[in-house]
Amino acid sequence: MMEKMIFGRYIPADSLVHRMDPRAKLVFVFAFIAIIFLADNVWAYALAAIFTLASIWLSGITVRFLISGLKPVMILIAFTFVLQLFFAREGQVILDLGLFTIYEEGVRQALMISTQFLLLVFMTSLLTLTTTPISITDGLESLLNPLKKIRFPAHELALMMSIALRFIPTLMDETDKIMKAQMARGSDMSSGPVKDRIKAVVPLMIPLFVNAFKRAEDLATAMEVRGYRGGEGRTKYRLLQWHLRDTLALFSLVLLAGLLGSLRIWL
Amino acid sequence: MAREIISLNSITFRYPGGDHDVLKNVSFSVQEGEWVAIVGHNGSGKSTLAKLMNGLYFPDKGSIQIVGISLEKDTVWETRKHIGMVFQNPDNQFVGTTVQDDVAFGLENHGVPHEEMVKRVNRALKQVKMDDFLNQEPHHLSGGQKQRVAMASVLALRPDIIILDEATSMLDPTGRQEVIGLVRSLKEEQEMTVLSITHDLEEAAKADRMIVMNQGEVYRTGTPREIFELGDELVQLGLDLPFYLKMGNALKAQGVQLSGQHLTEEELVNELWTSHCKK
Repeated sequence: MMEKMIFGRYIPADSLVHRMDPRAKLVFVFAFIAIIFLADNVWAYALAAIFTLASIWLSGITVRFLISGLKPVMILIAFTFVLQLFFAREGQVILDLGLFTIYEEGVRQALMISTQFLLLVFMTSLLTLTTTPISITDGLESLLNPLKKIRFPAHELALMMSIALRFIPTLMDETDKIMKAQMARGSDMSSGPVKDRIKAVVPLMIPLFVNAFKRAEDLATAMEVRGYRGGEGRTKYRLLQWHLRDTLALFSLVLLAGLLGSLRIWL
Repeated sequence: MAREIISLNSITFRYPGGDHDVLKNVSFSVQEGEWVAIVGHNGSGKSTLAKLMNGLYFPDKGSIQIVGISLEKDTVWETRKHIGMVFQNPDNQFVGTTVQDDVAFGLENHGVPHEEMVKRVNRALKQVKMDDFLNQEPHHLSGGQKQRVAMASVLALRPDIIILDEATSMLDPTGRQEVIGLVRSLKEEQEMTVLSITHDLEEAAKADRMIVMNQGEVYRTGTPREIFELGDELVQLGLDLPFYLKMGNALKAQGVQLSGQHLTEEELVNELWTSHCKK
């Protein structure tokens, strides 16, 4: 099941979206999240949906892949859909089931809110699917750079994120190793009452934490020896390059915002 | 005559909060272009020496000179530029998310311009024969490969001295051979000074000179041949003799005529298979 989940996973490819500057993608997604709330009628939603589908098409990722990978989210969306269906009590009665009554407004609301949710999930997944975590980190650092003036630790934050990313597989391997070692000593983590299972996690977590601290100490020494003295005066190996396509992508978003805004006023 | 590149003058050191001196009046020097191995069992103070030479700690008494600069709190960043270190655990010194990022880390810290950085990263990785793994992530590499990347990170910074702090102790025999072979070729081609801290006498046998540490003191200094003459004395210091030395001693005990010590397996084998002809 975990293999099918695409939350936070990166799919290597060489599409237009993959090649975009991570900064452009980050700004794009966050702006999209704000813009989508401008939509308040069917036409606006149709437009936003077309825009999202076009973005997905440009990334070379299929909609079917997205839907199958986001199954748990789909269930959540279906749940909100049903909830909205019974919630609104305006407009014509469409269906009277005795205990529950479904109104026209309810269907409209349910459709709109779940579409909104769906488009948001699609766009944010598109970001993580087409951008390596380290590029996202670089993009964030660069975008947060102006905040350094008010002493926001942009460089430190980015470094912490990249080290965390670097150590995830290492710590996963270690967890696996400790788990096997504890199982070999007769610890049972997969059966029995919940209370016992939680207790069985303790001998797993303690060695993991102790080792993580040891690693952190070693890493700090290794970094210091290689001349790390904070963000001041450092140069960057990975460079971010802004292209015409990045400007165009943001421009398309301005266009979308304009259209959604006018649809809101006129309809 | 080569100049003295590292010199330690009567160093005494105790860890903050410790109850005994880890190093007692330790003095030695290393010449430029030399490969010196510091050996000793656990707790003999050999790893502490590395920490002192890199300014991670400062001695209580005595002084340290690195390329002629006296190592003080103010000069520590200056002296660190001359020393590259490779540590024991291959995983815990890999900072970057990929091989090339890791090699670039030190260069980024020193504010090297981007173009120069790309050149140096590629060159360093070529030197350690890891240039096919530029974008590889650390968890897909073997221990030996990770240590080679660590060596590349050091080489990219172009130090004068490389300190190997038990750099091969967590590797399998193949990885160990890879790293030692690499050190030897670097030393010969680039005339780099190598200081390897180890408890593996087989690794130490390849050095120009050995320093045996015991209980925080320098026990003996000499060429590997001179040190191995000590024989059982080394075993009493908690060191394990290489297999071919044990084998040679065992053969002598059986009455086989052998000439002195053998520093490599090859030397012993060569003497054995030619021994019959000499009679």
